[in-house]
Amino acid sequence: MLWLGVAYLGALAALLITSLWMQNDFTGNIERVWTTENFQTLFTVDVYRTITLRTIGIAALVTLIDAVIAFPIALYMAKVASPRAQRLLVIAVLMPLWASYLVKAYAWRGMFSSNGPIAWVVEPFGLHSPGYGLFATTVTLAYLWLPYMILPVFAGLERVPDSLFEASADLGAGSWMTLRRVVLPMAFPAFVAGSIFTFSLTMGDYIAVKIVGGTTQMLGNVVYDNQGAANNLPFAAAVATIPIVVMLGYLAAARRTGALEQL
Amino acid sequence: MRKIRMTRLAAVACASVLALAATACGTSSGGDSEGKAASKDQGGFTAPDVPMADAIGDPEGQVNILAWPGYAEDGSTDKTIDWVTPFEKESGCQANVKYFGTSDEAVQLMKTGEYDVVSASGDATLRLIASGDVAPVNTDLLKNYADIAPFLKDQKFNSVDGQMYGVPHGWGANLLMWDKAAVSPAPTSWGAVFEGSSDYAGKVTAYDSPIYIADAALYLMKTQPDLGIEDPYALDDDQLAAAVDLLKNQRKNVSEYWSDYLKEVAAFKSGDSVIGTTWQVIASTIGDSVEAILPEEGSTGWSDTWMISSKAKNPNCGYLWMDYITSPKAQAAVAEYFGEAPANTKACDLTTDTSFCDTYHATDADFAAQIHYWTTPIEQCLDGRTDVKCTDYGDWTTAWTEIKG
Repeated sequence: MLWLGVAYLGALAALLITSLWMQNDFTGNIERVWTTENFQTLFTVDVYRTITLRTIGIAALVTLIDAVIAFPIALYMAKVASPRAQRLLVIAVLMPLWASYLVKAYAWRGMFSSNGPIAWVVEPFGLHSPGYGLFATTVTLAYLWLPYMILPVFAGLERVPDSLFEASADLGAGSWMTLRRVVLPMAFPAFVAGSIFTFSLTMGDYIAVKIVGGTTQMLGNVVYDNQGAANNLPFAAAVATIPIVVMLGYLAAARRTGALEQL
Repeated sequence: MRKIRMTRLAAVACASVLALAATACGTSSGGDSEGKAASKDQGGFTAPDVPMADAIGDPEGQVNILAWPGYAEDGSTDKTIDWVTPFEKESGCQANVKYFGTSDEAVQLMKTGEYDVVSASGDATLRLIASGDVAPVNTDLLKNYADIAPFLKDQKFNSVDGQMYGVPHGWGANLLMWDKAAVSPAPTSWGAVFEGSSDYAGKVTAYDSPIYIADAALYLMKTQPDLGIEDPYALDDDQLAAAVDLLKNQRKNVSEYWSDYLKEVAAFKSGDSVIGTTWQVIASTIGDSVEAILPEEGSTGWSDTWMISSKAKNPNCGYLWMDYITSPKAQAAVAEYFGEAPANTKACDLTTDTSFCDTYHATDADFAAQIHYWTTPIEQCLDGRTDVKCTDYGDWTTAWTEIKG
């Protein structure tokens, strides 16, 4: 436990220290001079704000899409399906996790290609494939992280006792009313738990957006371009602190809903 | 008790942070006073004093090669394209090849010290020399060095103060490629991917590196003389802003940027990209459905140099490779496969296409002078202006992020 803490927090602390150094633009070597220049650039150059907001927007949208799709599936799995069907469905939900991330992302690249299946389906209506960009990125990420939303929601719904459904019906509530007033409030912490996965995974992603994002950049790409290509580790470290701060805020908010006990 | 444990934890944490900080962050920049001083238009840095080999010893049995795609083919792409296997048999050094996509990637990978030799372009060479990541090359140890075209030796991008830091490999131009079925009439100008890019909205591609800004600057140099651009790598703030504007407009029509050459091959084959900047090797890989030309404005290009790492674990095999790859036979094979002019002009007699060297102007020093070779932009203007400060590579990197938005 102690070593886990040291390794984990130590790495983060090292990251923070690095972000306060600077890089020689010409040789690419790190110069260990204390400076807040990286953070100044981060806050004063508009493009980084745009990219941060775009990344948060995509993460929120992916979370929302996953929540909307996951709810009916999880509800069916937890309350309607027979025990046998339930087992099969859990396997079906888990199955995509067995396939490689890259295979799934490239599958969507094929889907959105200008002569891919989507183009083929919409062409009779005089439309074109939306192509690579924000839309394709959102769809691909929502697809990739869907199981991480379904499973916590399924677990959360399973904990809702059947007797509550009966009680609700006895008191004269229709199925809509029961869903809205009984099931959703009880399942809410499960949604928050699932959203922590979908939100944080999207915040840090840079591969899917490279494959289907066209010219779109997310925070992960800025980190990658600065570390992987330009070798500007200090600036990359400064950029990497953004998702950490956003996630800390998100986790603090999630804690207030009591969702963390569901994990 | 609890307090003591917390203090101890803090001490351990601090120690590990310091250890990480000390090891994980590479070498600190060394300004050795005994090193060679670069001339002012090279950035005026002092090259760190790195020892040079004085003999080639026994081969170590392997060599780790960092190369541009297509520079070290071992038959795995195409069975008939293989000049690495003969080297392995001849020298007894097993060649481990890694390809890179951009010069930035090459500089970054060389810092790891895991590679012995690298084929560096002019926008990487000086950075590698200045950071002490490559060693001076003893050209007396290389049998083929004498046959290298004289206009490639002792250049600003491969030597410092008369000392060569590598052996020239070959040079060529970035080309304009298009899909013959989708683009007509055939373009003759880079304008097709800048002002005219809206004709192919969502189907344009461009090279994903800050150095691509020079392509826009070159176009502006020819079409908007008012801006006063003399050298696409020497841009003051206003000139950089103009190039950035041009690229921001281009971006609206770009489907995606490429840095992995296979990504561009795939995008042209699937029809997701129909026009954009390319290398001859990419056009050759795709085949007859595309055409690639040198547009009327001229082009940016590369002049590559094989350099040896200052931390090379296999320096002897590294030297053997540098000598082999600049031999006439290997040069003929690489140049014809990649589509560039060989540095060793004796290769011209060995190409399968007898007019190859004429097509690529391999012996034509005047033609070579017209290509604007990739160079690292620095604060001191490379075109000789002293009244303004030019934008450096860091500014270009930031600008490139802004262009992509």
